[in-house]
Amino acid sequence: MAQIVVEELRKTFHIARRRPGFLGALRGLGRREHDPLHALDGISFEIGAGELVGYIGPNGAGKSTTVKVLSGILVPDSGRCEVLGLVPWKRRQEYVGRIGVVFGQRTQLWWDLPVVESFELLGDIYRVAPAEFRRAFDELVPLLDLEPLLNTPVRQLSLGQRMRCDLAAALLHAPPLLFLDEPTIGLDAPSKLAVRDFVKRLNRERGTTVILTTHDMDDIESLCERVMVIGQGRILCDGSLGELRARVTGERRLIIDVDGDAPLEDPDARLIRREGHRVTLAFDPDRVATADLIGRIARSHEVRDLFVENPPIEEVISQLYRSHGTEVGA
Amino acid sequence: MSASEARRPCRPYQPYRPYRALLSARFRMMLQYRAAALAGVATQFFWGAIYVMIYEAFYSLGVPAPMSFEATITYVWLGQALLALQPWNHDKEIEEMIRRGHVAYELVRPLDLYGLWFVRAVAWRTAGASLRFLPIVFVAGFVLPGLGAERWALLPPDSGGAALLFVVSLIAAVALGAAITTLVHVSLLFTLSGEGITRLMPTVVILFSGMIIPIPFFPDWIQPLFEWLPFRGLADVPFRIYNGHIPVADAFGEIALVAAWTGLLMGLGRVLMARGTRRLVVQGG
Repeated sequence: MAQIVVEELRKTFHIARRRPGFLGALRGLGRREHDPLHALDGISFEIGAGELVGYIGPNGAGKSTTVKVLSGILVPDSGRCEVLGLVPWKRRQEYVGRIGVVFGQRTQLWWDLPVVESFELLGDIYRVAPAEFRRAFDELVPLLDLEPLLNTPVRQLSLGQRMRCDLAAALLHAPPLLFLDEPTIGLDAPSKLAVRDFVKRLNRERGTTVILTTHDMDDIESLCERVMVIGQGRILCDGSLGELRARVTGERRLIIDVDGDAPLEDPDARLIRREGHRVTLAFDPDRVATADLIGRIARSHEVRDLFVENPPIEEVISQLYRSHGTEVGA
Repeated sequence: MSASEARRPCRPYQPYRPYRALLSARFRMMLQYRAAALAGVATQFFWGAIYVMIYEAFYSLGVPAPMSFEATITYVWLGQALLALQPWNHDKEIEEMIRRGHVAYELVRPLDLYGLWFVRAVAWRTAGASLRFLPIVFVAGFVLPGLGAERWALLPPDSGGAALLFVVSLIAAVALGAAITTLVHVSLLFTLSGEGITRLMPTVVILFSGMIIPIPFFPDWIQPLFEWLPFRGLADVPFRIYNGHIPVADAFGEIALVAAWTGLLMGLGRVLMARGTRRLVVQGG
């Protein structure tokens, strides 16, 4: 049975229009005009228990709005939304007591308190019975390697340490469902790996449903079996990473290190860029066999090294946006 | 910690457990600001000394005064010791949270937002005041008489009954102060910057609570205004119960009035907060 059901969810914000100049400011004192911004323009999806879903889209596409609706802190204009059998924005207190939320840009710990006291306070806030709290605590602390951090005030933690603590904090009341809003933003590589590793284990071993928004395509590639792409308030694509790639482009990349600066061209390949000795070509494996293409190029050029890869997911996504007329990074 | 186990609803019993825990945690947090408290103690001694000199000069004129000199000096020291209890300023963290649109995140916790902010205000005021209270009471009540300056000292409560009722009225004052503080915070949900109300608050609170001059010193014609405003419950009522200017028999009625004001302002804060958060969840903070 689906744990999350979203049907035709719509949300429009009204942004006050500022007119330029002094006269404009004066007129703004009177009646303000508002521009509608369709943050959610009729989105629908279902997520089953135990899924790990990546939710991606450019800034302003409606990712955060969706997460806010799902976490009960924003009321949509219309549409249906049911999570764990509850409507998030109705009986909010009861609902949010049953989910876990991590906002990468914010901590839900207390700056002035040592980590362990923040955890205890959350146990009280979520009214977790002491034995259950102990069990969750003893499980999460080694899993996230928090032992050395427990007595450190939160303000002294590095971003990566803080994020690990925030993950534990969101799970002390053992929610069956976890929302992660950009959990790896600003983290260094080891911290990102630690977060990914933990999220994967949480999902596999405990069956916690995870909805993850991110700009980091490595997060998606290493974690998510299912990806939903949102742009301009609509779901552009919902499926596996392979499906997404196949839908947008069948192209592959040939990266060649050459000697000399002779131009490198082939009728079946498209030059994407050239940086010094490194040339990147795109080709369609349905039109030209990879071995033929490599053979042709190796015969006519001084090739030092070459390899073939899938186009990076970033490019797949931005191509998807382009084909839907969505501005990237808007 | 399996999923099915966790699907149990949030336990509705222990309704006060989160708020009790938050109160104690925040109180401990605020106790960390010891440097600010130390600076506060020094400032309050300075002001206390100035007031003592002013009243010394005033009483030497021999004009009829509504309180004895000793009772007035005791009132002054109590005011300096408990200045941090007065709801004259607002919590910068809450203002920042509202200004940056982060306040919606407060709603991801299974808590009543009014309760959360009220508890926060209580902890903030009481922690600040308790750090300053003891050193000032110690010096004004024990060191000054020890140095032979009994005349300028903080006297003990007028009677056992006065002491007891002072404690009760102080608790009422804390609740009233937290209700006013929270009301100011809630108003920031609507005005965003809060420039207006936060500039007005110091003057209104400090004047009408009796922190500048004890309320009996104001002219008769303006007394009804003080009577009908809630602010005197913050300082004037508990201090005059302490020094005996309000007799024990009258103290009960005064405290009941403070409690009634507190209830009224809490209700108003709740109504406005419900409206503010409705806007928040509709407009997205």
